[in-house]
Amino acid sequence: MAKTPLPETASQTAGPYVHIGLAPKVAGLERPLPTLGSEIAGPDVPGARITLEGCVFDGDGKPVTDAMIELWQADARGRFAGSDGCASGFQGWGREAADFMTGLWRFETIKPGSVGAQAPHLAIWIVARGINIGLHTRAYFEDEGEANASDPVLVSLVQNRRAGLIARHVSPRVYRFDIHLQGPQETVFFDL
Amino acid sequence: MSGYRARDWRLQPPALTPAYKTTRLRAPSTPLVQMPEECAPETGPVFGHGDLGPLDHDLLQNYAGDGAPIGERILLHGHVMDQDARPVPGTLIEIWQANAGGRYRHRNDNYLAPLDPNFGGCGRTLSDDKGHYRFHTLRPGPYPWPNSKNSWRPAHIHVSIMGLGFPQRLITQLYFEGDPLVALCPIVQAIPDKSAIDRLVARLDLEAATPFDCLAYRFDIVLRGSRATVFENKPEGM
Repeated sequence: MAKTPLPETASQTAGPYVHIGLAPKVAGLERPLPTLGSEIAGPDVPGARITLEGCVFDGDGKPVTDAMIELWQADARGRFAGSDGCASGFQGWGREAADFMTGLWRFETIKPGSVGAQAPHLAIWIVARGINIGLHTRAYFEDEGEANASDPVLVSLVQNRRAGLIARHVSPRVYRFDIHLQGPQETVFFDL
Repeated sequence: MSGYRARDWRLQPPALTPAYKTTRLRAPSTPLVQMPEECAPETGPVFGHGDLGPLDHDLLQNYAGDGAPIGERILLHGHVMDQDARPVPGTLIEIWQANAGGRYRHRNDNYLAPLDPNFGGCGRTLSDDKGHYRFHTLRPGPYPWPNSKNSWRPAHIHVSIMGLGFPQRLITQLYFEGDPLVALCPIVQAIPDKSAIDRLVARLDLEAATPFDCLAYRFDIVLRGSRATVFENKPEGM
């Protein structure tokens, strides 16, 4: 018989000073501990080099300038770090803070491959002041129309909410992915 | 649904808690969408001791210049386990906090309490093979914040736990036994369950204190359990 599971520890907001712990250089520490999560894919990792940039917006359409974003992704052949055959030098994980003035954040990475039946995508986790528990979402790619059309996660959503999960080209190798916490364009957030 | 036990949302703060004013414009208004089975990530980043420096876990030393930081010296320790009481070894735990006067070393904090030249407020470690972790630090001070008149945060330390998979990812805050500000704080009280709040209160642990050096506080962390455990416990043939 399975025992009653222990209760999961409750979440609390990361608050506005999250940078001290998770991105010490951004906080302005004169002697910061080295930053973790700044290199998702080392220079020798095969794959198309891309930039994913975006902004988190609140219900008034204002940028959330204290947001912190984490990203988890597969390599170009759809393998996650730590699994057999994954590209050497591939961390698959990144962490970036929004700019204090503009709210813009930016990841330099490689484009992931399909993972099984799932279209190429980036798993994204968002924390900020005023977010009581971190929000999970996903970024898919505009130029993967065929794969997106059969992706089990996208297909499970009502049609008018799919577009918000598609990163759009702003130049051949740069994609834009904005996250809307509220309102008519509200991003889909997942319970994993 | 993922390879992890479904989250018990009764124990977690809802997105919108109006007494904590910032949630009003930042809480999604649409319910979370259940991720289809087998689509959620199972794994997450793994870190090794080579990723961390030797003093990363010791906030009394890792920013100290000519002297030691001012404040009540504490050992903060505990276990990271999953909902099935299995230890979570080798997971990255990161903490950040204000100094003893309630001031953060952050470019956006302009509270009038002074910075401590010997205190940065950033620490990290990996849990050991039994899931145990320890930090040396000092007890942070409470500080006022712009939520309403006389809103004061109870003394707290922010704790980030990577977990073994992205669905286990957790950021929380720990509080200190006996602090009267805990009951008054709208961030704490965003959690609807009293026992869940109580579990965020670190306990004085005199047994683990170092005589004539530091007090100790214990804070255990429980991450979502693996669904595999549930299946393992089924009778054969199921």
